[in-house]
Parts: sequence; C-alpha cells; structure tokens
Amino acid sequence: MTCGSPSFSRRLVLQGAGSVALVGLGFGTVPAVAAANDKYPEDAFRQKGDADAIKALYGKTAEASDKVKLDAPEIAENGAVVPIAVATALTAVTSISFLVSENPNALAAFYVIPEGTVPAVANRLKMAKTCNVIAIVESAGKLYSATKEVKVTVGGCGG
Amino acid sequence: MASTIRVRATVSGDTTEVQALIQHPMDSGFVKDAQGQIIPAHFIQQLTFEHGGRTVFLANWGAAVSKDPYVKFSFKGGAKGDDLKINWMDNKGATDSTTAKIS
Repeated sequence: MTCGSPSFSRRLVLQGAGSVALVGLGFGTVPAVAAANDKYPEDAFRQKGDADAIKALYGKTAEASDKVKLDAPEIAENGAVVPIAVATALTAVTSISFLVSENPNALAAFYVIPEGTVPAVANRLKMAKTCNVIAIVESAGKLYSATKEVKVTVGGCGG
Repeated sequence: MASTIRVRATVSGDTTEVQALIQHPMDSGFVKDAQGQIIPAHFIQQLTFEHGGRTVFLANWGAAVSKDPYVKFSFKGGAKGDDLKINWMDNKGATDSTTAKIS
C-alpha cells in the first residue's frame, strides 16, 4: 500500500495551466490564497515536499509556535491509520492543515475553519514511514506550526 | 442504499461536537493489487458540514487520509434538534449526503 497522488481530470489540468499563465503575466504574486475560498487546493495536494505544499497552499512560510498543540502518537504500529489531532489557543483561526513530510504528497488535509467553529480538529492519516507530522494553524493571516516525529513500524504506503 | 456517512453531533453548553465516520476506500493511487496492477486513486476531496444555511466546517482531503475516514470538530451555536447537513465529493465526482439531528 502507498499514500498519495491523486489522478487529475483534464479540466483541472487546464485550470492549472491558466493559473500558470497568470503568474507569467505577473498576477500570480499572491499565490492561490486557498484559505480565502472554498475551492479544492488541487495544486497544493500535488506537491511532493512539505515546504512546497505549504508554499502552494498559503504562499508564505510558517513559524513554529508553542500555541499549536499537535497530538500524535510517539510510535504508530500501523501507518495506514495514525490518529492525529491539533488544537490551539490562537484566536481568529481561519484554517488548519496537516502535512506528513515523507509521504509521496506531503499535504494530507486542509480544513477551513469559519468564524464560530472551534479551532481544533482530529482525524486519521496514512504515513509511508517514520517522519515528521506538521500541523499548521492560520491565525489572523499568519501561519503557526507544530512538528512532531512519529515512528512508523508498518508503513501505510508500502507493504 | 444506506448512507456512507455516520454522524454523531451532540450539544453541550453552547458548543456542538461533531464526529463523522465515512465509508470510502480512500485509494491513494500508489497501491498495487494482487495482480500487480495499480489501484487508481479514489478518495474524498471535499467534505462539508452545514448548519442553519452556513458552512461550519470544510475539509479538503488528499489521498493520505485513512480509509473510512474519521473527523472530529466542534462549533458554537448548535441547538438540540437542529439539522446538520453533511456532503462529500470524491475525485471521481461521486457524492453522498445526509442530514443528522443534533442531540
């Protein structure tokens, strides 16, 4: 088993081509800003590494913060089902995302948090192997992250 | 056909806690079957929760979300007996939706 890559419809490929064209014309200086709308961030989910995925998703980088509480196991016996949760004391949170650094595609989930929704999410992710899990909280336009290494005994992406 | 979505939404004080479990293979597109053929990617991309005509939670998922995905979140303002609408769409365009009562 392995994690990762979506298949892409022709329409989405064409949309991607369109946005590339915009970048070429200089309109792409504010990339994607996925958090501002409800569109599926196809491009960010296609990126290989965590840094590229964060860039594609938000167009900026995150700073580590102890206000982001990432709850993940030390050791995951089964990489196919790793329970991971995040909560934060930060206010004005607009989105929360989860990345698994060594997965074929690092971005695992991106949650839009409207006003009135508690900035805490729990879910279950697949992990290819032992690596870092990164949670990113977008608060008042800034990105805050927490990182934790999870040891995987049986990969959710290999066997 | 029974819905693929199972939801439990419970209100406590002014906060409604929602837990959802969905039946879906969440195939990543990297796994091979017994014949060595790649199983094509098939996973939920978007999952929305609506309360009182307002989206209270939107999940964008990649293929790294586990099979039969589970998610938990909370929002302010739900009341006992309110409807909570849940809807998902996967990368093949399939959808399913259900309406749960907040208890």
